[in-house]
Amino acid sequence: MKKLMLGNEAFARGAYEAGVTVATAYPGTPSTEITENVAKYDEIYAEWSPNEKVALEVAIGASVAGARTLCCMKHVGLNVAADPLFTAAYTGINGGLVVIVADDPGMHSSQNEQDSRLYARGAHLPMLEPSGSMEAKEYVKLAFEMSERFDTPVLVRSNTRLSHSQGIVTLNIRRDIALKPYEKDAAKYVMMPGMAKKRHVILEKRMNDIKEYADTLDINRAEYHDTKIGVITSGVVYNYVKEAIPDASVLNLGMIYPLPEQKIRAFAAKVGKLYIVEELEPFFEDMIKAMGIEVTGKAIFTVQGEYSVNMIAEKIGGKKAEIINAGALPQRPPVMCPGCPHRAVYYMLKKLGIAATGDIGCYTLGAMPPLSGIDTCVCMGASIGMAMGMEKARGKDFSRKLVAVIGDSTFFHSGITGLLDMVYNGATSTVLILDNATTGMTGHQDHPATGKNLKGDIAYAIDIPALVKSLGVKHVRVVDPFDLKALEKVLREETAREELSVVIAKRPCALLDRKKISPPYTITDKCKSCGVCLKLGCPAIEKTQNGMMIDETLCTGCGLCKDVCAFSAIEKAGE
Amino acid sequence: MGDILIVGVGGQGTLLASRVLGNLALSLGYDVKLSEVHGMAQRGGSVVTHVRFGEKVYAPVIDEGGADIILAFEKLEALRWIGRLKKNGRMFVNTQEIPPMPVITGAEKYPANIEQRISEAVPGAVFVDALTLAKEAGNAKALNTVLIGVLAKHMDFDKKAFLDAIRETVPEKLLDVNMAAFEKGYNS
Repeated sequence: MKKLMLGNEAFARGAYEAGVTVATAYPGTPSTEITENVAKYDEIYAEWSPNEKVALEVAIGASVAGARTLCCMKHVGLNVAADPLFTAAYTGINGGLVVIVADDPGMHSSQNEQDSRLYARGAHLPMLEPSGSMEAKEYVKLAFEMSERFDTPVLVRSNTRLSHSQGIVTLNIRRDIALKPYEKDAAKYVMMPGMAKKRHVILEKRMNDIKEYADTLDINRAEYHDTKIGVITSGVVYNYVKEAIPDASVLNLGMIYPLPEQKIRAFAAKVGKLYIVEELEPFFEDMIKAMGIEVTGKAIFTVQGEYSVNMIAEKIGGKKAEIINAGALPQRPPVMCPGCPHRAVYYMLKKLGIAATGDIGCYTLGAMPPLSGIDTCVCMGASIGMAMGMEKARGKDFSRKLVAVIGDSTFFHSGITGLLDMVYNGATSTVLILDNATTGMTGHQDHPATGKNLKGDIAYAIDIPALVKSLGVKHVRVVDPFDLKALEKVLREETAREELSVVIAKRPCALLDRKKISPPYTITDKCKSCGVCLKLGCPAIEKTQNGMMIDETLCTGCGLCKDVCAFSAIEKAGE
Repeated sequence: MGDILIVGVGGQGTLLASRVLGNLALSLGYDVKLSEVHGMAQRGGSVVTHVRFGEKVYAPVIDEGGADIILAFEKLEALRWIGRLKKNGRMFVNTQEIPPMPVITGAEKYPANIEQRISEAVPGAVFVDALTLAKEAGNAKALNTVLIGVLAKHMDFDKKAFLDAIRETVPEKLLDVNMAAFEKGYNS
């Protein structure tokens, strides 16, 4: 059966067909839909773990216990999971263990564009990279076979274009794989120095074996045409090369670490000028140059952003595309949705002149004008550690006008340990947890406080105020951000207090239950066009030639604009 | 070979439109690739989805100067993405205006004369008030099927193939309104 499938859906199908029984992940664009699709198969236990480190640890445990196991994350998630990853390379596996990591060149939805291939080299793990949906499915199956054949976790690399593109996939049936027997084996699974030294020797030998194996794999595929120009490439970029310079010979690497050295040497010997076309770091280029082969790569190609057909056609083929120029236009950056509870919080912080260290989620959009509400955004959980660092550097007075702003899911991911540091090392700051009852930006995944798990079953819902109190925070307040008066009072009191406090602004995401939306608001002739409502940065309010206007198809009736209007000029439509 | 770029504002339903066209091309036996925007898609930003079909499709995205057709859900977005259109390419534009945040805050103005600027660059560009037609069909959200109807009228495929693709892609309970919306677009 043939089906159009998103790359991420195809990865999930591959795991299903490979007989996976356990899958773990933390949501992160562009990797999220892999696990959402895996969860639809009844044969697979799938979970949202609180973060990628836990996800990988659960996955390693399941593998050691004998199950074929999948773990998925975005590129920066692999930083979080790097600790278990590097040592799992030493222990090896029992049931096959595959980690899919999705890069984001061009930063469609990320804070950096790091190249996860460097982890394969750093941790001494093999890595595969498909170039389309069909390969995504097949490479996952191959990765499981490799994992068990060589006793190693296997990395599969995706990126935004692969994960979020659809292509035609032929479906196969699932292979049911029995659990492998579990046997206690301290020399293999207890990584103390004495044991780990022996495992390091095994790891080195294993990588040499895999290097030889790489040369036998037909997913490392040379396509010979005109041999004047040869290109070594991989993944989605292979497709761009094929369209940009269809006459060139191409070596498409399906296995991107370790490299198939003999195939590369044979290819280099047959072609005239050899190019390496790879997004981000000169990963292939450095290794191929180290083989003593002359190549052209980053001398003409950038390490930044995504590549394209035109870019390659121009750099290698010398052809420039004809393009209609639209001229300068107003940008359309993403914005917080109409009815978003975060908007009220940023409005109030601005009104009170309170600065904020920010974090990763929808609320990062509060950095944009007109709210301009956060000063920093580095990584998951950093808001809390950075607020702590700012206080220790600049003193307690500085913290009277500073809060850390973090979402509920991000708090579970890696905010709790930062808060522990604040308690332990005597911070006096305020941490503001924006609890919208979901993981918003990645598309509404459940988390430890939503009361539901990834399989849709009822789960224990963590009580955030109780958790925070149990960590030793004495002052914990919960407030509805749409109750502006209460929000103002709580924020004033807690930031003024020279003691650590946590304020939980609790209100579900506006997109969670659209049925609950109240009737929209409208602007009456009492409006003086003062523009206060525009300072909310709500996409439903607009200044027209005839004064302010609310787009009733966008307005969710949250009433925030009504509350900030000094002239009572905003009323429910139809009243 | 068909390279169709669908552009609009996050939340307008561009994704569904691209999936209808993808299923259409698949049913006609073509190789197909679609490229989508996730994550930020519901957050009101500029969004673009790519639909490519033909004997063999490699790249999932349409580069500058590469689109045979641009189907634009919003006027400013039509102009923003016009550089992706091939010479002699065609454009179908919903005349709706959605102000972006820099316009809302007054930092910038919504560009004037967009229709004129597009028509000068792309003679024969088609403009349609798809939002009004969608409302007439019974649901403003069916804007995307109105625009597919507009496109269907100008493409060389059977109308029935389009209707089948809509049936396959759209949720059952929304089928009637989407069929009505398609007809509104097709007959506009």
